[in-house]
Amino acid sequence: MKALSQKRRHPIAGLALLLLGLLITGGLYSVASTMNQAQAATTGSTYSAEDITEGEKLFNANCATCHGYEAVGTQDGPTLVGVGAASVDFQVGTGRMPMQMQGPQAQAKPKQFNDEQTAQLAAYVSSLGAGPSIPDEQYLDTDHEDVDLGNGGTLFRVNCAMCHNAAAAGGALTRGKFAPGLDGVSEKHIYEAMVTGPQNMPVFSDSNIKPEDKRDIIAFLKEIETQGSPGGAKLGSLGPVSEGLFIWTAGLALIVGFMVWLTSRSS
Amino acid sequence: MSEQSHGGPEHSGAVEHAGVEESGKYAIDNPGIPPHRPRLADEDPRAAKRAERQVAVLFGISIIGTVLFFVGYFVVGQIGPDTEIGTVRLQNMLLGLGTAFSMLGIGVGIVHWAKTLMPDHEVSEARHEVRTEEDRQVAVGMIDDIVEESQFKRRPLLRNTLIGAVALAPLPAIALFRDLDDSDNRSELATENFGVERLRHTMWDSGVRLVRDPTGTPIKASDVTVGSAFHVIPEGLNELPPTEHLNQKAKAVVLLMRLDPQDLQISPEREDWNVDGIVAYSKICTHVGCPVALYEQHTHHLLCPCHQSTFDLTQECKVIFGPAGHALPQLPITVNEEGFLVAQSDFHEPVGPAYWERG
Repeated sequence: MKALSQKRRHPIAGLALLLLGLLITGGLYSVASTMNQAQAATTGSTYSAEDITEGEKLFNANCATCHGYEAVGTQDGPTLVGVGAASVDFQVGTGRMPMQMQGPQAQAKPKQFNDEQTAQLAAYVSSLGAGPSIPDEQYLDTDHEDVDLGNGGTLFRVNCAMCHNAAAAGGALTRGKFAPGLDGVSEKHIYEAMVTGPQNMPVFSDSNIKPEDKRDIIAFLKEIETQGSPGGAKLGSLGPVSEGLFIWTAGLALIVGFMVWLTSRSS
Repeated sequence: MSEQSHGGPEHSGAVEHAGVEESGKYAIDNPGIPPHRPRLADEDPRAAKRAERQVAVLFGISIIGTVLFFVGYFVVGQIGPDTEIGTVRLQNMLLGLGTAFSMLGIGVGIVHWAKTLMPDHEVSEARHEVRTEEDRQVAVGMIDDIVEESQFKRRPLLRNTLIGAVALAPLPAIALFRDLDDSDNRSELATENFGVERLRHTMWDSGVRLVRDPTGTPIKASDVTVGSAFHVIPEGLNELPPTEHLNQKAKAVVLLMRLDPQDLQISPEREDWNVDGIVAYSKICTHVGCPVALYEQHTHHLLCPCHQSTFDLTQECKVIFGPAGHALPQLPITVNEEGFLVAQSDFHEPVGPAYWERG
């Protein structure tokens, strides 16, 4: 303690304190913003009667509180009749459902059901009414010979980039809602999100964007995921917000440090 | 200026004078200059030598930085469309670090030199003496000289013509400001009235099909499922030459969405502007013209990413938050006999931000 109190009047003590504060703030932020991304589930597109029965049991035990028995909906949750297997696979497979708590938006978290249980739930919900089914493997194959990355990029910028950001880093919406970043989301879940329009995302049905075009978009996303940033540190690809924050803290700290050094007397 | 008005390092007495008059002494005693403390380099030749080496190293860093810049510029080579992204990044880094070190090395080196080796004796400089009456006389003398030398009094012809010229010079401004009134000029030509009338109309017209951006494929009403959002341009836009294409697109882009018809609150004059809950609204924000395309399908809010103006789709895109001045213009649409969505007419009001002539 004594050593510390002796050093606190040292010329660089202020600078060291400033750097320490910045490091702690940055460290806490990066820990808080780390989100676990659920992994993709394997698909089976045909469901047996047994799957449906098992799915109903799981549904009644875990989902019916909000979505009601027979998925007719309650005040706390919408009806799921006609949402289709793709919707269940996306919502349960990314951990968004069951929701941790009511809020502006269900957020991705470690998934609570394994692949088999997810498939059973999907089987049950799709048996209640027709809806988008889990996408065909061929439309998830980003190495397919017909894939056109340029077309995928154009379609992404027209249809998706305004919410999900041109670098797919995500962005804010109104009243606490947000469009999530797409880094690390599986091909299947991206496709399912487009056809089902989870939460407040609009639906991009196959009559709007053809399955082949959806594959191009997914291939483009996977390409920019592996491609580095040509301009150096991306700072989250969030544009002026994170770049401004960086320069106003790190840059100003540097300038203040120089000022202290410039005006200090040489020993 | 006269020689006396420059204050020198020597004692001038002016500041002390004011203090002495009021209380006979300073409110706070003048502490004077703190005692001079010699630096390490002043007393110890080895410290001076070390400081000299440090400055030389800093200048050396600057030289290395400059070399680094040219390594990045010439050795890494030309960046073209086929260049690997890793090469671009390497070059960017070398150019940036090279320039930074080359500048920083010189700057830090010179400051370090001045702080450790150059003489550091203190100098104090007294305030200039203030002599009100004397300075006023000097100024009056200057003005008298100007009046005298310009012969303003002796040559009234020159004086009067100058006054006349200065009085007439602002008159053209009246003509220029008068031109801003365009109440009888409604020309669509770009050369007339700054082309402002072109803001009133877009490519949309009766029977123009709504097509997808960017592919240009037409949209059937049955394609638009509830909750969908389509990014739409008028048919024929893609065939325009590039500059005109962008000019027209900037005005004509539309967002097409389908809601449950029960959610829509429709005013009487817009009863037939939607097709079973399919509505089309201009994508150009009425604040400063950013594309409003962030659509939330459950809250039916449209959000502008630039300044967070929020429009409520269920209330005909009324502004519910943010700086936008008026609702987004709605494009009246209908279905043609083949089932494709078509416009009934152009927008009924100019799209985008308000402007002087908008009315």
